[in-house]
Amino acid sequence: MEVELKELLSDLHSLKKSISDPSHLALIEKMHLHAENIATLEKSGTIRRSKVKDMSAEVVDSNPYSRLMALQRMGIVNNYERIREFSVAIVGIGGVGSVAAEMLTRCGIGRLLLYDYDKVELANMNRLFFRPEQVGMTKTDAAVQTLSEINPDVVLESYTLNITTVEGFDTFMSSLTNKSFRPTKSGSGVDLVLSCVDNYEARMVVNQACNELNQTWMESGVSEDAVSGHIQLLIPGETACFACVPPLVVASGIDERTLKREGVCAASLPTTMGVVAGLLVQNTLKYLLKFGQVSRYLGYNALKDYFPTMEMKPNSQCSNAACLERQKEYILAKPTRDAAAKAKADIEAVSPAENPVHADNEWNISVVDDEEVDGSDVKNSGICVLPEGIVHELPVADDYPKAPVTETVGPADDLEELRRQLEALNAD
Amino acid sequence: MEGWDPSTKSTLTQIPLLTIKAGPRDGAAWTQRLKEEYKALIAYTSMNKSKDNDWFRISAANPEGTRWKGKCWYVHNLLKYEFDLQFDIPVTYPATAPELELPELDGKTEKMYRGGKICLTVHFKPLWAKNCPRFGIAHALCLGLAPWLAAEIPVLVDSGMIKHKDDVATSSES
Ligand SMILES: [Zn+2]
Repeated sequence: MEVELKELLSDLHSLKKSISDPSHLALIEKMHLHAENIATLEKSGTIRRSKVKDMSAEVVDSNPYSRLMALQRMGIVNNYERIREFSVAIVGIGGVGSVAAEMLTRCGIGRLLLYDYDKVELANMNRLFFRPEQVGMTKTDAAVQTLSEINPDVVLESYTLNITTVEGFDTFMSSLTNKSFRPTKSGSGVDLVLSCVDNYEARMVVNQACNELNQTWMESGVSEDAVSGHIQLLIPGETACFACVPPLVVASGIDERTLKREGVCAASLPTTMGVVAGLLVQNTLKYLLKFGQVSRYLGYNALKDYFPTMEMKPNSQCSNAACLERQKEYILAKPTRDAAAKAKADIEAVSPAENPVHADNEWNISVVDDEEVDGSDVKNSGICVLPEGIVHELPVADDYPKAPVTETVGPADDLEELRRQLEALNAD
Repeated sequence: MEGWDPSTKSTLTQIPLLTIKAGPRDGAAWTQRLKEEYKALIAYTSMNKSKDNDWFRISAANPEGTRWKGKCWYVHNLLKYEFDLQFDIPVTYPATAPELELPELDGKTEKMYRGGKICLTVHFKPLWAKNCPRFGIAHALCLGLAPWLAAEIPVLVDSGMIKHKDDVATSSES
């Protein structure tokens, strides 16, 4: 290809010189330019950086990790290179998930597991990451294509499936428990699950899987009107699970009745999705590399640039059985936790931290404290006090009298008989 | 029940409510739930037929009863428009409702998610959540699909996005 292009360029060059009719000159110039463009594209397509064995902190323009390793030199992160040990599963490779995947790839994450069943469409082009020439590819395949070019060091696994179906869920669970990447890791095969899906049903499925596997995960979401979003950390047994409290949304401040929903399902903006992906991956890096404060819940209201935060305790009446089991385990483990916390405090008392943290609020900027938001607008959900601007998206299931389980075996209670009855109705 | 028309409301109240909170991964409890699903579907289908308002056919597509297939139709200007209907019972059912799919209409309307999943009104999910586990497949069809067809099919027909099968046949013959 490269040789052919060189030949074409030299042929065009000699043609330009030998031509007698000047009216053809513009056309030949144009052809020459096209050929040159193809040559450039061809070149950029073939240059792929090779894998890097160890992350180096050396500041040279050929080192893809120098600016990240600088975080370690500055004392922000203790051991940046640990990032290569971590596996992160991203569920939903849409406007938020794809950008989160790119950020983690550029950070040099060890392994990414990508889940989506959708294909890239032109309608996705108002968002970041996917390119028009990828239209028609599955989002997982297109993501692997781009991400492996950006950073070949990252181990990428793609799963083109719908996690809400019974088969999809089984594959989802077994992929999360596979420990071949780091056999010595305790718990599941991944360090964190990021939920970047766009619907309640899929979030409930991620919640189910993570409760069963005792897997810490982070939730993210952008509202259907595209002007608010949130991220949330969920630690089974320790924090509220996704089913403990009805889902929360950051109120956009727009009166719902004035919001024109007719005719469309959802709006989207690359900005809001980019902001939420950034918040999500920032929290992920802090959680994995143990620096700064990991947010439990962080909301984003784009219209007012308001970022509410809060914490949510698990609900002892949660409808999710696996959540209740994790809550029990968490309570039983309290003595161990307390002992570990005490030991840590003792060590810190002896040797003060080497990198003193900047005094809080150096410039006397007044910030809204969590405690300050317990004003008249606060709605108490029983589990947590909701800060202003956060509302429940769905109601709690009504209490209903549980019918006594009566095992009446008869023609009306036989599954096959019922199936036949419905088919008979369907037949005419 | 704000936001629902009176006929949907009255139909809904006549569909038997379910009692067992069990999903496809709950073994024997799911079988019990499945029996309740059948009873509700049988009652709803019979009721529709007796009112001369028969509008769907649905059957389990696998022995576990986790995948369902069938047809639904809507009459507009005296013409009947029929579509394939399918859905999976999600692993978190009945906490979350099944996502009803009309694959033939995928990409033809804004009120649809990818894969032909219909976009439900803002009223559906809160009502479903409030009534878990009493609502089942029959309720999802009554509250989700019936109003969707009534709102969307006339628009799709009038805008020419969908054609009646007789029109398609004549135009392809000519
Ligand atoms: Zn819970």
